[in-house]
Amino acid sequence: MAEHTPLFMIENLHAGIEGKEILRGVNLVIERGEIHALMGPNGSGKSTLAYVIAGHPNYEVYEGRILYKGENVLELPADERARMGMFLAFQYPTAIPGVTMANFLRLAVNAVRKARSGEDKALTPREFRRLLREKLEMLRIDETFASRYLNEGFSGGEKKRAEILQMAMLEPEFAVLDETDSGLDIDALRTVADGVNQLFNPNMALLVITHYQRILNYLRPHYVHVMLDGKITISGGPELAEELEQKGYDWVKTQHVGTAS
Amino acid sequence: MATPEVELKRLGSEYAEKYGFRDPEQYVFKARKGLDREVVEQISWIKNEPDWMREFRLRALEYFLRRPMPTWGADLSELNFDEIVYYIKPTERQGTSWDELPEHIRRTFDRLGIPEAERKFLAGVGAQYESEVVYHSLREELTRLGVIFVDMDTAVREYPQLVKQYFGTIIPPNDNKFAALNSAVWSGGSFVYVPEGVRVEVPLQAYFRINAENVGQFERTLIIVEPGAYVHYVEGCTAPIYSAASLHSAVVEIIVKEGARCRYTTIQNWSKNVYNLVTKRAAAYRDATMEWVDGNLGSKVTMKYPAVWLMEPGARGEVLSVAFAGDGQHQDAGGKMVHVAPYTSSQIISKSISKGTGRASYRGLVKVHRGAHHVRANVVCDALLLDEQSRTDTYPYMEIEEEQVSIGHEATVSKVAEEQLFYLQSRGLTEAEAMSMIVNGFIEPITKELPLEYAVELNRLIALEMEGSVG
Repeated sequence: MAEHTPLFMIENLHAGIEGKEILRGVNLVIERGEIHALMGPNGSGKSTLAYVIAGHPNYEVYEGRILYKGENVLELPADERARMGMFLAFQYPTAIPGVTMANFLRLAVNAVRKARSGEDKALTPREFRRLLREKLEMLRIDETFASRYLNEGFSGGEKKRAEILQMAMLEPEFAVLDETDSGLDIDALRTVADGVNQLFNPNMALLVITHYQRILNYLRPHYVHVMLDGKITISGGPELAEELEQKGYDWVKTQHVGTAS
Repeated sequence: MATPEVELKRLGSEYAEKYGFRDPEQYVFKARKGLDREVVEQISWIKNEPDWMREFRLRALEYFLRRPMPTWGADLSELNFDEIVYYIKPTERQGTSWDELPEHIRRTFDRLGIPEAERKFLAGVGAQYESEVVYHSLREELTRLGVIFVDMDTAVREYPQLVKQYFGTIIPPNDNKFAALNSAVWSGGSFVYVPEGVRVEVPLQAYFRINAENVGQFERTLIIVEPGAYVHYVEGCTAPIYSAASLHSAVVEIIVKEGARCRYTTIQNWSKNVYNLVTKRAAAYRDATMEWVDGNLGSKVTMKYPAVWLMEPGARGEVLSVAFAGDGQHQDAGGKMVHVAPYTSSQIISKSISKGTGRASYRGLVKVHRGAHHVRANVVCDALLLDEQSRTDTYPYMEIEEEQVSIGHEATVSKVAEEQLFYLQSRGLTEAEAMSMIVNGFIEPITKELPLEYAVELNRLIALEMEGSVG
């Protein structure tokens, strides 16, 4: 029998920025059909991990591997990773003035689709419009969204919904949601989480990065990991998130210090 | 929705392949290098011109020779007037069907896609190759309405009264050194006359092609829009790539009468050995509107500041200018608004992009004469730098002689943010595609004013500039 290849795997990842090490040996295995939550206090390295996974050029990798479908993606630029089916929902999406959501999505969708189907065939404008309308309806986003400039003048909630819309259009197999819950009120949070739940399927996997437990009431993770000082220090089931909510991160710190010494 | 469909497919071809090709030189007549009285008389003689035009040329030559080289703008020190050929006649006669043209010239315009564009979305086409317009057409229904669209040489012969009345009145021969040069050796260009109340709903286009090395192209365009009429005139330009410099020095004069509207769109894509030194000016009368849409992508050096003189109350002027300065290019572009009359308004929007050693300068003037009260003028110039090396400058001149006016001016300089590139790349776009998208977004306020075909072309040209430049 052939050896099993997980969808996504991080091995002993050491990475940082401008010579400063932030991630100090991260290990993680994620299979298709799984939702993993990565929690941790501010400054623990969660967002750094998200950027390193997506391939931000400013971050340096000192050691370790990130395997997606068995391939080490660390040498690949961000666009190639995206075309292989990886996706990052940004915590702070950037505005691109003058570029409409629809134009941007059409190019992105075609770039990703072509690469993944191996065929040089773009969606016709009509096919694209149909797909877009379908996803907008599914996520209950107003159609006027498509003609607005990408993230320009968007409210916090709109930005996060726009990220999920992009995810819906690009249909990744592995997606990282970086603090998608931050800055959302409870209604917006529910809408966004509902959208993610609708997109989730057994053929893909999610890594949900969050500071707070509340999004995990809607996106039910199979596994919860806690990151402290650039390392995953505890992993467990969904109950771990609730324990954290009650006891706070200091509790993990004492636990961690306890086990390490 | 006005936003053009931006096609950012991977473009395999560079300028060289698409526009930079050259034909063997096959000419009916080619003047010797350099400029003097004899060359000017020769041009006039070949054209069999009336005396008044020959005298106009010779007077202009005197102005040209007397005027010093301008030093206030781009560096012109390497431009050698003695090395340039001022007149080349490519063919004996002009065609009204593409089939009548010599094979090599027809092929050139085919490759540039002009006949196809004509079939699809143009009301009339003029095609100039070297010094002469070799092809001209105008839809029959427009001819019946009295619209005239011919090359300037034909206009001198066939519409002498109209030409004599307006030629050189908006831009006199001694206006500046290059206007004087053009006035002395002009050849080709368009003459457009739109009678009162006639609206030409689809654009007229002129395409200018330089083929030979070391050659100067000096077309001369005159557009007269009678009261209540409308016309949109579009010009495009390309040339092969040579190491030696070529010179393009046009003069465009436009008269927009009461309640009329004229839009003049340029997509200039000269090869990077061309000095592009052009004088463009319009006079707008009561309640008239003049709009210049000016896209500068090519050339080694461009100096061009389309102007509107707002002559009577209610006149409105607009310049929308996009300049892209790639490696080794200097785009010195902008606009001029001269408010002669009260209750006139103007707007200049300039967007420039600099890449590598490219330098984009905005140079503009808003002048309000004494007595021109209740004038509104607004200038916006935004510059985008693509890397650490590139450079941009702004020279906004304001000469305001009246107090009851409202003048606005904003300028911004921004850099393409790494975060923007990363964001787009994380969605599957290559670095070049991401860069093109950011640039196209930056100029979107201007491309949305273009007819779809030109908007797509402009976006495509920018994608072409990005290609191979990002590593």
